[in-house]
Amino acid sequence: MTLGWAELLGDAAAPEPEESRRGLFRRLRGGLSRSRTALAERIAAIRFDPDDDETWQELEEALILGDVGVQAAGELVQRLGRRRSIDDLGTALAEEVAGLFGPPPRLDLAHKPAVILVVGVNGTGKTTTIGKLASRLTASGRSVLVGAGDTFRAAAEEQLEVWAKRAGADFVGSNKGQDPAAVAFDAIEAGIARGHDVVIIDTAGRLHTQTNLMEELIKVRRVIERRLPGAPHETLLVLDATTGQNGLQQAKIFSQAVQVTGVVLTKLDGTAKGGIVIPIAYDLGLPVKLIGVGETLDDLRPFDAADFGRALVGGDPGEDTAAD
Amino acid sequence: MFDALADKLQGVLGGLRKSGRLDEETIGKAMREIRLALLEADVNFKVVKEFVESVRERALGQDVLKSLTPGQQVVKIVHEELAALMGQGDSRLAFGRPPTVILMVGLQGSGKTTASAKLALRLRKEGKNPALVPVDLARPAAIEQLEQLGKQIQIPVYRSELRDPVAVAREGLERARAEGIDVLIVDTAGRLHVDEALMAELVAIRDATKPMNILLVLDAMTGQEAVTVAEAFQQQVAFDGVILTKLDGDARGGAALSVKAVTGKPIKFASVGEKLDQLEVFHPERMSSRILGMGDVLSLIEKAEEAIEADDAVEMEKRMRSGEFTFDDFLQSYRMLRRMGPLKGVLGMIPGLGKQMEGLDVDEKQMARVEAIILSMTPKERRTPHLINGSRRLRIARGSGVSVQEVNKLLTARKEMQKMMKHLGKGKMPALSPQALGRAGRR
Ligand SMILES: Nc1nc2c(ncn2[C@@H]2O[C@H](COP(=O)(O)OP(=O)(O)OP(=O)(O)O)[C@@H](O)[C@H]2O)c(=O)[nH]1
Ligand SMILES: Nc1nc2c(ncn2[C@@H]2O[C@H](COP(=O)(O)OP(=O)(O)OP(=O)(O)O)[C@@H](O)[C@H]2O)c(=O)[nH]1
Ligand SMILES: [Mg+2]
Ligand SMILES: [Mg+2]
Repeated sequence: MTLGWAELLGDAAAPEPEESRRGLFRRLRGGLSRSRTALAERIAAIRFDPDDDETWQELEEALILGDVGVQAAGELVQRLGRRRSIDDLGTALAEEVAGLFGPPPRLDLAHKPAVILVVGVNGTGKTTTIGKLASRLTASGRSVLVGAGDTFRAAAEEQLEVWAKRAGADFVGSNKGQDPAAVAFDAIEAGIARGHDVVIIDTAGRLHTQTNLMEELIKVRRVIERRLPGAPHETLLVLDATTGQNGLQQAKIFSQAVQVTGVVLTKLDGTAKGGIVIPIAYDLGLPVKLIGVGETLDDLRPFDAADFGRALVGGDPGEDTAAD
Repeated sequence: MFDALADKLQGVLGGLRKSGRLDEETIGKAMREIRLALLEADVNFKVVKEFVESVRERALGQDVLKSLTPGQQVVKIVHEELAALMGQGDSRLAFGRPPTVILMVGLQGSGKTTASAKLALRLRKEGKNPALVPVDLARPAAIEQLEQLGKQIQIPVYRSELRDPVAVAREGLERARAEGIDVLIVDTAGRLHVDEALMAELVAIRDATKPMNILLVLDAMTGQEAVTVAEAFQQQVAFDGVILTKLDGDARGGAALSVKAVTGKPIKFASVGEKLDQLEVFHPERMSSRILGMGDVLSLIEKAEEAIEADDAVEMEKRMRSGEFTFDDFLQSYRMLRRMGPLKGVLGMIPGLGKQMEGLDVDEKQMARVEAIILSMTPKERRTPHLINGSRRLRIARGSGVSVQEVNKLLTARKEMQKMMKHLGKGKMPALSPQALGRAGRR
């Protein structure tokens, strides 16, 4: 069973509409119905013979083509090699991939207000993800406030405000060039005063190599923590699925700076399948919590490791397609 | 991980058996490491395979420079080939009857809107009169974003009330024409290469605006899919060049090589920050070093080359003082001059030298002609130029695709040079030497 919203949010399970679950798989596989991903194609083309070194090599290469990285690809191949028998390569590989992720993710919202800080490099989809998440949370009966902590990029505030309206969320704006920590502070104040359940704070995109901007982010986090001990309860790193090996570096440095609690993998509706989250989850132990599969309000889903594994290798999508 | 990789590389590349020539085994060992380095840099897997193959062939049998190990020699070759590959093609923009249209395309969040404003600023600095038109009607506040950027740099942004991107683009073009704008930059919405509807929209925008330049804006952090993305955009809208963004980070940027290799389209600009003046021309050499990521090996190679150049210069001076000046010397001084190119400005400022630097403009074509002529001589002819009689001249002319007169001119130029060298040997100032070199080979 694909992980549902109720489980992710820690709510009593409301039945998930079957329609949306099926739609999810189609989206997750992106253009797969028409053309399989390069990785899927390669895996499908491998005539698997466990005694032949060449097939193992091909497999490793296929994984590299999925941005999994040389090391994680090696790890996966070794794990497969330890299996006694392999009926179907795609299925076996998907299982091994899924096995590298930890238990099903949860968003920690059991606070009032629960504070979510959203961080990441430029253009990955932070602001859009906040819009989608706010919408999902209001749909679950929570009242949400979003704070425009990106005071740098042109029209960043306006962009978030549009999303807040769409999502039915309260909004705390900012002035261009204002200290983002002050905006975060204001947002939490307002969240408390107005009795909101969740406060989500947007931040400007920044490369993890920009020390001054990383310092700024650390300050944002510190101010949040000081205003509301225990907050931020979630710090989500938004990662673009088309990102290659640099993603690992992003995850490492953002984690060190602001204690990331989870990854949001966006733009999975393209042909890139985000293989870099494998070393991120496995080496750094960072859970992937959400995936972005498009540009509309409904295009955010809980991350499901088994689905991810199947989508990555393009193998049998399992029960979900059976229902298609 | 990268550090560990670099260590490993140094080990293997340094440890290879010393020998004068690159053989199959040496190259094979080094190539395995280079392959890994390229993959870590996100160069597409298939591109790596092909690239490694072609370099392997080129490297076979090459001499190893003194003071380099064979492994380092392979890295040197790879580095040069990478730079050569990425440097191919014209990195300039094309301009036609105004308004010249520049269409910015690419995936979501790659940096199109920012790059549009940067390009406008750059073009204005070059004396153009640009305008911007936002045809991204999809992303919330996309138009405001471009408007705010335009305001920062005081460049007009053509906002429209129309709701169809194609119509907005067309209206923008009409306005540009009416207002005497010479470059119109069209900022489109981000789109996935597999989104048929949006790709069709892009084709329609292209057909409505007839851009002279379609630029694919690509994030330097892109992984293996860069190839798929570039091929799809290439097929559907046939872009002319690439702007590589977010190069201010630490991404190795292998996508640059991938895209160049599969589309053949030049990388025209590098975006290196969020501020609007942070757009640079693309440096293939720098990018090559960055992708290889073997900083230590590369600086070693650089030092070795410098040492060799110093040796060369000493050797040359010795020969000049002895009054000898063969065609080998000629070729070498020519090449030294070429390397000196960027120094010319500085040298020109030294009192007394300025005048002598005039006429030193050895243009590339002329350079190539002279080289071709000299390289068409046999080694013996180069060493002992007086051997070159009528029939040899004819053969050399044919071999290098020039007229016999041009060969004659070069022969005369060498004689003049030799005379000067003799003066130099006697301690007289060879006043004309740079000019003589500069003139040689000019039609
Ligand atoms: N196809 C697709 N596009 C997405 C997804 N998430 C975001 N985008 C698009 O990616 C682009 C950038 O999104 P933003 O939300 O502005 O990204 P950001 O991280 O806030 O950007 P900065 O604040 O500038 O760093 C926009 O065009 C979004 O519509 C996704 O899951 N799929
Ligand atoms: N560090 C850095 N950031 C950049 C660079 N170029 C663009 N950005 C940032 O990347 C993010 C996305 O840039 P945009 O120009 O909005 O990207 P876009 O391609 O127009 O995005 P969509 O229209 O949503 O597809 C913004 O935060 C920019 O400030 C760059 O060279 N370096
Ligand atoms: Mg944003
Ligand atoms: Mg844009």
